[in-house]
Amino acid sequence: MKKELIELKVNGRTHELAIEPNALLLDVLRRDLGLTGSKRGCDESSCGACTVLINGIAMLSCALLAASCEGQEITTIEGVSEHGSLAVIQKAYGDWGGAQCGYCTPGFIMTVKSLLRENPDPSKEDVRNALSSNLCRCTGYNQMYEAIRAAVAAERAGMAAKS
Amino acid sequence: MNSAMTDFSIIGKPTAMVDAAGKTTGGGKYADDLSVPGMLIGKILHSPYPHARIKGIDTSRAEKLDGVVAVAIGKDAPNPFGILPVGHDEHALALDKVRYVGDNVACVVAVSEAIAEKALELIDVEYELLPAYFDPEESMKAESDLIHDHKPHNIEKDYHHVFGDPEKGFAEADHIAEARFIANEVTHAAMEPHCTLASFELDPHTGKLGRLTVQSSTQVPYYLQHKLSLVLEMPMQQIRVIKPLVGGGFGGKSEVIPLEIIAAIAARKAKAPVKITYTREEVFWAHRGRPRTIVDLKTGVKHDGRITAVKALVVQDGGAYCSYGVVTILYSGALLGALYDIPNIQYDGYRVLTNKPACGAMRGHGTVNVRFAFESQLDELAQKIGMDPAEIRLRNLLKPPCITVNSLRVQSYGLPECIERTVERSGWKRRKGKLPRGRGLGVACSHYVSGAANSIIRSDMPHSTVNIKIDRDGGVVVYTGASEIGQGSDTMTAQIAAEALGCSLERVRVIAADTDLTPIDIGSYSSRVTFMAGNATLRAAEEVRKMIAAAAAKKMDCAAEDLVFREDVVFKKGSALPIAKRDQLEEVEITQSGASVSGRVEGQILRGSLQQKRKEEGPKEWMTFEEAVVAAIDFHGALTGTGSYAPPPEARGGKHKGAGVGPSPAYSYSAQVAEVSVDEETGEVTVHKVWAAHDCGRALNPVAVEGQIIGSVWMGMGQALTEEMVWKDGMLMNAGLLEYRSPSSVESPEIEPIIVESVDPEGPFGAKECSEGSLAATIPAIANAIHDAVGVRLHESPFTPERVLAALRAKKKQKALNLAEGVDLTSPARFREHGGALWFKGKGPERHPLDPARHEMPAGGAD
Repeated sequence: MKKELIELKVNGRTHELAIEPNALLLDVLRRDLGLTGSKRGCDESSCGACTVLINGIAMLSCALLAASCEGQEITTIEGVSEHGSLAVIQKAYGDWGGAQCGYCTPGFIMTVKSLLRENPDPSKEDVRNALSSNLCRCTGYNQMYEAIRAAVAAERAGMAAKS
Repeated sequence: MNSAMTDFSIIGKPTAMVDAAGKTTGGGKYADDLSVPGMLIGKILHSPYPHARIKGIDTSRAEKLDGVVAVAIGKDAPNPFGILPVGHDEHALALDKVRYVGDNVACVVAVSEAIAEKALELIDVEYELLPAYFDPEESMKAESDLIHDHKPHNIEKDYHHVFGDPEKGFAEADHIAEARFIANEVTHAAMEPHCTLASFELDPHTGKLGRLTVQSSTQVPYYLQHKLSLVLEMPMQQIRVIKPLVGGGFGGKSEVIPLEIIAAIAARKAKAPVKITYTREEVFWAHRGRPRTIVDLKTGVKHDGRITAVKALVVQDGGAYCSYGVVTILYSGALLGALYDIPNIQYDGYRVLTNKPACGAMRGHGTVNVRFAFESQLDELAQKIGMDPAEIRLRNLLKPPCITVNSLRVQSYGLPECIERTVERSGWKRRKGKLPRGRGLGVACSHYVSGAANSIIRSDMPHSTVNIKIDRDGGVVVYTGASEIGQGSDTMTAQIAAEALGCSLERVRVIAADTDLTPIDIGSYSSRVTFMAGNATLRAAEEVRKMIAAAAAKKMDCAAEDLVFREDVVFKKGSALPIAKRDQLEEVEITQSGASVSGRVEGQILRGSLQQKRKEEGPKEWMTFEEAVVAAIDFHGALTGTGSYAPPPEARGGKHKGAGVGPSPAYSYSAQVAEVSVDEETGEVTVHKVWAAHDCGRALNPVAVEGQIIGSVWMGMGQALTEEMVWKDGMLMNAGLLEYRSPSSVESPEIEPIIVESVDPEGPFGAKECSEGSLAATIPAIANAIHDAVGVRLHESPFTPERVLAALRAKKKQKALNLAEGVDLTSPARFREHGGALWFKGKGPERHPLDPARHEMPAGGAD
């Protein structure tokens, strides 16, 4: 298939890329941009390991044509760390055992980012429902809830300290 | 040492994994994240038939496709291999026969995945169909068209064990229960699909292909190196296997998966680096999961609850190759022992070949399905004699230290405390039997090995070896072959080294699982790493500490034995350390950063005037870790240590045939209570909470231990309620994560982990396994809770709404619902029970006219 030139804005930087029109966003991120943090866990949009944010909303990059993302703000897991240090949610996932093998972790963190953007103080049920878009085979999800709760508390404490 | 030493500075504290940041930032590299210049993509052609002879393969059309570099077939590397020395029955690519839908036939190497996929369609394979076998009990009757010519009746292996006098035991019993239990097939479904990147270097002397480097998603780099050597006919030292981050294993990466060898064969043929990554569907075909197991179980008890005898007949549907099968069928029998005190055991186990993907080792290897049967039956017997189900378990405890009737040595034994604590935490005594209708509580126990006392490779070499080096700046590097697969292996290694050396965790760097750099370790499976690699790490660290102590003692004018290593300080035993000195240390550091630095000196830490002052002080009361290290290097010339671990002869089991499997230096113990509710209209079971107490000896990293307990319980819950591989004539009908029904967060209960520490006399700091033992108890705990809720006992897992509803209707003597109405009558009965939800209306794979699966059966009939 003949390639086309597109511009993708990923993690705040614009990249000019020659891609096949049927290329999936996940493949372009991983293969063309070397952003391998987004993972492929299935081939059928069922696991959520490839979750990225499109304009702040969690989407499956394995089910998006890269060409359709022109002009959108794409955020991958590589864009989550802040100023070279771990974001609160990343630190919390490490501290509370939210990540074991870590393969699903980037997808989960993107899902949580999207959740907290819409709902900064989610109930336990909100978190449970939000996480159901992703699958994990290691943790049984329990320690992820702890991590998210800790991250929300830390964010709030941080906000309080700043104000 | 263990009982005296309970005041630790590193272990026992919740610690974030040393590799956590790589996982949460996406920076960590898994095999599929790797690429090298000139790398090509490999794609595998799989068999569309469950059993067929290959009459010919024509790859010429594929080879002519632009972008295709090479096509590899069986005869490019015809040597057989298999994970067990007794089971070398696989070929990387099929030679003359395919034995399951998904078997490996050819591999295309091309410049892109799309071209490789296109080329697969251009390979012409001529097959001659053979009758296929899908049901183990049918397969055992086979006289002809055997799956492997050297395995009569398609029986891979059978064992017949008698310990004590079972007949006498049953004669003495006041109550006997007998039933058939079936646990259907499940798979690991690790989130990371298998991936291997293989590349050859050109040899500078011969100018030809030389050393091979393989980066692969493996739990055991050493086994992969060994099998590559066999198949490629290369010496092991010419092969380097590196394990990058591994996205979950659960046993599915504990043996050599065909793509790992195919990638190397393809790279050799293409003369370029080749990466192969399985699709999710291929992961399901690669499988090596837990076999469908039929357990005919008979148990006898006295009025007082004492078990008098157990008799188990176990048939496992092993799939088309041996894989770990011989070990699995032995574990199923051996681990009837070592949990309770059972005086008489009869075990008959059959591992049977069928034309489906091979089953292998999966979390709780061999013990899970038999434990489901046993714990369910024990519950039933408790009811018969009117005893509390938790109490009957306490009536059958072992009295360790002891040797069980089947020659397993048990030392630390936290089972009683596990039962007591789950009973207490769940409010068992208060709530059991008093919950509203449709809601119930169930209890069950389980156990598991902390590594096998006898390795499958049958040699006297140590099971783990660890090297440590320390440089003048006090940086500690630990080299271990143990494989981090998400369970926390690297973190455990760092913690043990830091604790033993009395240094901070930040000083320790772990280099793991690279066959060129790290000593041989037989890998991450059978929950062996903490016990075995942990002990080797401890021994290596103790060796180095001895060297440091000898040098420091000279400087401190005392005996080496009088030194304490802790929190980066070496000081004299009995002196009122640390607090005062730690303050002083902090002062040192502050001065350092504030002072102008006058050049680099010994240890590169204490500098300038401060350094000089410390030197002039003469004999010291305490030294920093760096100072002591510098002294040791000056004294010894180099600072390295080695430790290894081999299980002691006393732990290695009995002498009977098959006695090698089951013995372990230590066993973990688990007791669980599950709370469920059952919807009697729909048959749907909801697990509300599981309390899980696990005896892990000592929790080196509590957050990781809890994570392993929760993960095990959760995986057991998946097998109990939803997960099942559904077959039609050897074709997997649900090869996707959603269709396989891996539970999501909304289907997952709260799990309360309860850590019990029995402090094992031989474990590192008393630790033993924590990653598998809890799984097996969950399934029967849920089954027993369902019985408590609605009074039906389920004999087949998973406990789907269909099965629960069928049991409820049978109990009420209502007519069975024909859930298979409208379903294709050619489908096997077992499939029809699913109500056709996953039924594929089209034709299955083409079948031989004599194929037993072709015979039409009436709906609801037997296969």
